[in-house]
Amino acid sequence: MGAALSEWLGPDGATALALSLKVAFWATLVSLPPGLICAMALARGRFWGRGLLNGLVHLPLILPPVVTGYLLLVVLGRRAPVGAWLEQSLGIVFAFRWTGAALAAAIMGFPLMVRAMRLAIEAVDPRLEEAAATLGASRAAIFATITLPLILPGVIAGAVLAFAKAMGEFGATITFVSNIPGQTQTLPSAIYAALQVPGSDVTVARLVILSIVVALVALALSEVMSRAVARRIAGR
Amino acid sequence: MLTVALRHRFTGFALNVAFDAPAGVTALFGRSGSGKTTIVNAVAGLLRTDAGRIVADGRVLFDSATRVDLTPQQRRIGYVFQDARLFPHLTVRQNLLYGARFARQGAVAPSLDTVVDLLGLGGLLPRRPALLSGGEQARVGIGRALLARPRLMILDEPLAALDGQRRAEILPYLERLRDDTAVPILYISHAMAEVTRLATTLVMIEAGRVTQAGPIDRVLSDPLAARSMEGGDVGAVLSGHVTAQEPDGLTRITTPDGDLLVPMVAASPGQTLRLRVKAAEVILSLSRPQDSSALNVLPATVARIEPDGPTALVQVRLDGGGALLARITCRSVAALGLAPGTACFATIKSAGLV
Repeated sequence: MGAALSEWLGPDGATALALSLKVAFWATLVSLPPGLICAMALARGRFWGRGLLNGLVHLPLILPPVVTGYLLLVVLGRRAPVGAWLEQSLGIVFAFRWTGAALAAAIMGFPLMVRAMRLAIEAVDPRLEEAAATLGASRAAIFATITLPLILPGVIAGAVLAFAKAMGEFGATITFVSNIPGQTQTLPSAIYAALQVPGSDVTVARLVILSIVVALVALALSEVMSRAVARRIAGR
Repeated sequence: MLTVALRHRFTGFALNVAFDAPAGVTALFGRSGSGKTTIVNAVAGLLRTDAGRIVADGRVLFDSATRVDLTPQQRRIGYVFQDARLFPHLTVRQNLLYGARFARQGAVAPSLDTVVDLLGLGGLLPRRPALLSGGEQARVGIGRALLARPRLMILDEPLAALDGQRRAEILPYLERLRDDTAVPILYISHAMAEVTRLATTLVMIEAGRVTQAGPIDRVLSDPLAARSMEGGDVGAVLSGHVTAQEPDGLTRITTPDGDLLVPMVAASPGQTLRLRVKAAEVILSLSRPQDSSALNVLPATVARIEPDGPTALVQVRLDGGGALLARITCRSVAALGLAPGTACFATIKSAGLV
């Protein structure tokens, strides 16, 4: 099936799909822990700067993606102070690499992920956690045995949404890491590039169909998971 | 033994209480909003009061003077919540065993089988809480708290959400809990019937203050305490045990103060029972009534008289150390010349089981 798909999409399309899957996978995986922490902090925390954190998390949703990409470039470019330091001390380079595409995708998908998780956490009755505390469970044990199992479908829903968003991210990615086939050319970048070439309508159409399928599957999956949250909390 | 002293100020409400809860069931009795739940939340460590000291079995749980404030985890108070709060994603068995893995080393541990047996949970173990009735949820909540090997159990109106029939179904389990386990129990309620049936110690709370506290038979036969209770439903309790089922359908109950006959009670000889004698059901006379239909007449001595409008609440001491309350008119008090020390007879028109 893989061979048939790559035949159907053409070599560039297939490379772009493979890269997009890799970028989206890592973007989702890496943002899961900080996403869960942010969601917990926003849902349950009462601390100074909570509003600021909320704003920061949601900022990529509101900002023009090109601005987000530009800011990443300014901070993490190879000649920017942070980017240069990362390259020298840790050997990590983001600019014009697939890792940079993953970072841009992670940041753009972060608000969606945190939002889904936060809604799930807010649906959990904190009095259940109180009950667990009276039974002797430590805070870590309460999280592991009560909170996490109850919000797990919400966590998965958030991850699915972030994955879909990462598959489709364009503006921040192309600004930060450009559009290099085989390096940083993701599915949307490939569609954009094909659009510039006259007579590539079929390629464009096929890439577009693929993108729509990915988005629909992700949405359906996250919807199913959200319902599972409600079911789990109701104990059915 | 639990010793509680708390002061706390909410907007528009001040709590200032001190009481002891010895072994057995200590009922915190008072109407809604009187501060009962605040007190037990402070005992469980779910709420920090402005000032106070809470000591359970010699262990200081909270002391504002020395800045001791144990977490709920460290306190080990088995809290049975009014709304059960069972974990919805776990089965009944998993709920029951939840606290056991965190339990104190060396604490007395009832086994799962014992608790399942005590609370009649046998058929429920594989089920999820959402599929249980209110009464079943309440019982699972009690079992879950008990299996965490608590120092003390708190039961916050576990019957409040249940209808009369379910209540009657659970009360025997609570009695077994009281009689079969050594764990002291703090029992919150605003239903006098429950309290008289279960409690060994009664603490009456009104608007954030303790108005009366002590052994239940003493508090309930105290005319001043009775007067602060709502309605005409005041009355003392007498404890006794069944000695015989008479052939004419009466049950003979022997108390330290004498034998009482009540219409057939479904109980076997030897079983301990509490009888509630309402003040309005007691008649006082100076000599033993001769040609009367009343079966239960006990010799008594007037202890206290508290006028309460046109009637008075008279506390009489019985020969065995018990006490009764009688509500009679002030006119009768004058006509009989009743005063503390007067020897008389208390005729009990009817006594109800609690």
